[in-house]
Amino acid sequence: MWRRIFAIVIKELRQLSRDRMTFGMIVMIPLVQLMLFGYAINTDARHLPAGLVNLSDSAYSRALIKAVEATQVVDFKRTYFSAQEAEAAITRGEVKAVLYLDADLDERLVRHPAFAGQAYLAQSYLSQPVGQWLVDGSDTVVASTIRSLRQMPLDEIAGRALKTSTPSFEVVQYFNPEQRSVVNIVPGLLGVILTMTMVMFTSAAIVREREQGNMEFLITTPVRPLELMLGKIVPYVLVGLVQVTIILTAGHLLFAVPIRGGLDSIALAAMLFICASLTLGLVISTIAKTQLQSMQMTVFVLLPSILLSGFMFPYEAMPIAAQWIAEVLPATHFMRMSRAIVLRDAEVMDLQFDALWLIAFTCIGLLIASLRFSKRLD
Amino acid sequence: MKSADLAIETQGMTRAFGGVNAVENLDLAIPKGTIYGFLGPNGSGKSTSIRMLTGLLSPTSGDIRVLGETLPGAEEKLRRRIGYMTQKFSLYDNLSVRENLEFVAQIYGLNRRQSAQRLVELLALYDLASREKQMAGSMSGGQRQRLALAAATLHHPELLFLDEPTSAVDPENRREFWERLFDLSAQGTTILVSTHYMDEAERCHGLAILERGIKRADGSPQQLMAAMGARVVEVSGDDLRTLKQSLISEPAVLSAAQIGSRLRVLVRSDIEEPLAWLKPKVASRTMEEVRASLEDVFVTCTGGRARVNAQGEASHVA
Repeated sequence: MWRRIFAIVIKELRQLSRDRMTFGMIVMIPLVQLMLFGYAINTDARHLPAGLVNLSDSAYSRALIKAVEATQVVDFKRTYFSAQEAEAAITRGEVKAVLYLDADLDERLVRHPAFAGQAYLAQSYLSQPVGQWLVDGSDTVVASTIRSLRQMPLDEIAGRALKTSTPSFEVVQYFNPEQRSVVNIVPGLLGVILTMTMVMFTSAAIVREREQGNMEFLITTPVRPLELMLGKIVPYVLVGLVQVTIILTAGHLLFAVPIRGGLDSIALAAMLFICASLTLGLVISTIAKTQLQSMQMTVFVLLPSILLSGFMFPYEAMPIAAQWIAEVLPATHFMRMSRAIVLRDAEVMDLQFDALWLIAFTCIGLLIASLRFSKRLD
Repeated sequence: MKSADLAIETQGMTRAFGGVNAVENLDLAIPKGTIYGFLGPNGSGKSTSIRMLTGLLSPTSGDIRVLGETLPGAEEKLRRRIGYMTQKFSLYDNLSVRENLEFVAQIYGLNRRQSAQRLVELLALYDLASREKQMAGSMSGGQRQRLALAAATLHHPELLFLDEPTSAVDPENRREFWERLFDLSAQGTTILVSTHYMDEAERCHGLAILERGIKRADGSPQQLMAAMGARVVEVSGDDLRTLKQSLISEPAVLSAAQIGSRLRVLVRSDIEEPLAWLKPKVASRTMEEVRASLEDVFVTCTGGRARVNAQGEASHVA
């Protein structure tokens, strides 16, 4: 039995090493995607293109505009002369938001408690907002970023030092104190990239042999289905571990992602996930009739693995039904484990449920694939 | 013949695909140690039959015994005792000759020493020693076919199935290939080979002529030629095309085919004196009765019948 598994492993590795393109992809996919996502994905919106309607044109208005720009939330790119013109610009997508300052800006400022300070607090019942933001609210991230400007302090415009207030709560941010998205993305990317490459490699494994005519010979030999399945998986476990190394090393060097957990825990968690993804691919391979079909099914698995696994959006924010679907996917469990281990120095034993699920998924997957694979042509 | 002496025994072996019988009621009794041929055009059920006999396809009905084991049911037991060379090259194009054979050796459970020893034998026997590092995908048809035969016989099978083994091979290599098959046969291997080449079929000890899934005739090539039910006359002279047209409308003429400058006419054997019978029809042209060939047998029991049927219908219309 072991000799036959070994024979298939060696054969797969030899074939892989001769397929230059695939060999290159093993290294390039994680590197390119890491760079792409590491630089590109950013959930804190900054420097949104904005427009300005300034009907007051007073010294205060110019000071206010300077103060808004200083927050770096928006960059004023355009100036418009009426609210209608501004709305049209938002519709065209020219700007994401427009700040509308009316002609009576100075009076509004004077009556506003944030501008006037303690002395005029008694008059606050007369106060009105000093200006209005028109926002393209279709993107919730953009909308909430602009909303954060609602309580912008006006002390500086009034020529006072910024007053310090005592917050109701103090917030201590563990593990990612600078709040950089990339810290959370790199361990998550491990899951996405491994899902993609691992499922893809094995989903084609059986179909390819069938399409190229190798299968008809292979099934007349004494090889057993489980031996064939194991032999197809083992080489790619190595490939997966190479990819994990590339992603974590590059993430650490390029994006200063801290690697707090032990390398043994990371390797163990990655191994469990790699095996689960590979068996998922094998099951696909026993269902698909052509390589094109296997590719389609891979994408069908890949999309929820990206969108529902907690990679893009917090798992907790999803409705219960979606959470159930996410729980089935190996990527969800690995996403949790890799973030816990890499960022929070957790150990696999702290994540028993996720680890057990991956093990169970692998065993069930192997069983299904071996049962589905029949050494017959009918 | 006793069952113990038969390598393959089937009764009423039938396989349907979507209601159409690819193989219909095939009875076979193939003695051990012989080379047996399936002769038939494409789509005559040769591959389907072989796949049923190797346990890859289940028969829709009928009984199959291969090397004394009943199919379906004993496939795994038979794997080590049979070898199968598929119609399409089924080894790995991006592995070298040696790597392919090493892989097959390991799959059949040979250990390192046995495998090395067997590889030396096979590489020498099939003239592949100088190419052991070459990728299988870059070899010629003849070389690939020798490699495939080496792989199929690596584990010393008692019974070897070859599905159109020489369809991508030039005549020179085909002869060479058959020499190897006779070597194997001399060592006691039973061989079942499918082909659509007459010269190959003629080399077999026994033969079944298949057409559209039905066995039209079987026996040794000599028996088949003797029992053909037609005699062969070759006519030479001018204007053979016209002569062919006129002869072919005779019910007693099974076929008339031009071969170079001669016309080969198959006359039904109930005509006692074919030469005398043909004399008035061929006028001054010269005639000679010749020995039947396997192709004549093939024509009388497949194409000939079809032509007769077609003619029968045509005369009805007329």
